[in-house]
Amino acid sequence: MWKWLHPYANPEVSYHFAGKLIPWFKYLTILLLSIGLVWVLLFVPADYQQGNSFRIFYIHVPTAILSLSIYSTMAVIAFCGLVWQLKLADASVAAIAPVGAVFTAIALITGAAWGRPTWGVWWIWDARLTSELILLFLYLGVIALHSSFSDKSQGGKAASILTLVGVINIPIIKYSVEWWNTLHQGQTVTKLGAPSMASEMYWPFLVCFFGFVCFLGWIISLRFRTEVLSRNAMRPWVKSVAELSEKK
Amino acid sequence: MQFTNLNDFLAMGTHGFYVWLSFGITFALLFALIYSSKRKNKQVKNAIIKRQLREKKLKKAAQLQKESISTSKSKEVSS
Repeated sequence: MWKWLHPYANPEVSYHFAGKLIPWFKYLTILLLSIGLVWVLLFVPADYQQGNSFRIFYIHVPTAILSLSIYSTMAVIAFCGLVWQLKLADASVAAIAPVGAVFTAIALITGAAWGRPTWGVWWIWDARLTSELILLFLYLGVIALHSSFSDKSQGGKAASILTLVGVINIPIIKYSVEWWNTLHQGQTVTKLGAPSMASEMYWPFLVCFFGFVCFLGWIISLRFRTEVLSRNAMRPWVKSVAELSEKK
Repeated sequence: MQFTNLNDFLAMGTHGFYVWLSFGITFALLFALIYSSKRKNKQVKNAIIKRQLREKKLKKAAQLQKESISTSKSKEVSS
């Protein structure tokens, strides 16, 4: 049943597959994020309590949700890589971590900029914010481990183990708003089936969310190709690929 | 349209600073990520090409050396 997956364990096949995905993700990103940007900045009504600072929601919430999804994805890949010794798994983890770090940073910064007018403080050491900050450090740790070994497979293994240890942080972030008292509000959009939002505010959220998802697909595919190339530099197919791109 | 003129739009009620700070930093970070990903891709490709050229050079030099050794040997034999 899963046999169709087998060819993708070959780095050359995966490399070309990722290359085919890039233009789709790229143009969808440009389309969705530009629609979302105009919609959110010009047409979405201001919140009756928070006023226009509510517009930050459309960046803050998608990036925060995705920072968790990216980490979970990375952890599943790291686990498979450790168990089945897949070399491509290391390349994927190395490709995903920097993107996750950027999304976490965006979630933290926009959260601070939203917190100042809404709560009156830029930062507070409560459960949600602190655990999200730890997530950023986990991403940075994974990036650092990947680049601090001269043997790439050694570094990949260390980074994968750190990724798996850090998984404990994910449920803590997700449920922190329920387990502890905090300034941070509870979940609004991830309540399945019944988001507690007006639909004129919910639709632009979906557009932005999928815009960010496509952005992830685009950049992760691009970085994955780079990682595969650098890990297979001695193979003949890589040489011909590098030559071709030089001629362009 | 929620705003009647440009000043209103830039002011965002009283929250202009926070809104533009968020959107500005977000898109600056996204573009920085795009740029660095593309640059790294190019660097890796260039490094591969460079190494390839060096290998070719080394191979050629080795071959030349081999040839010169064999020709000098044959000269010795003939003399």
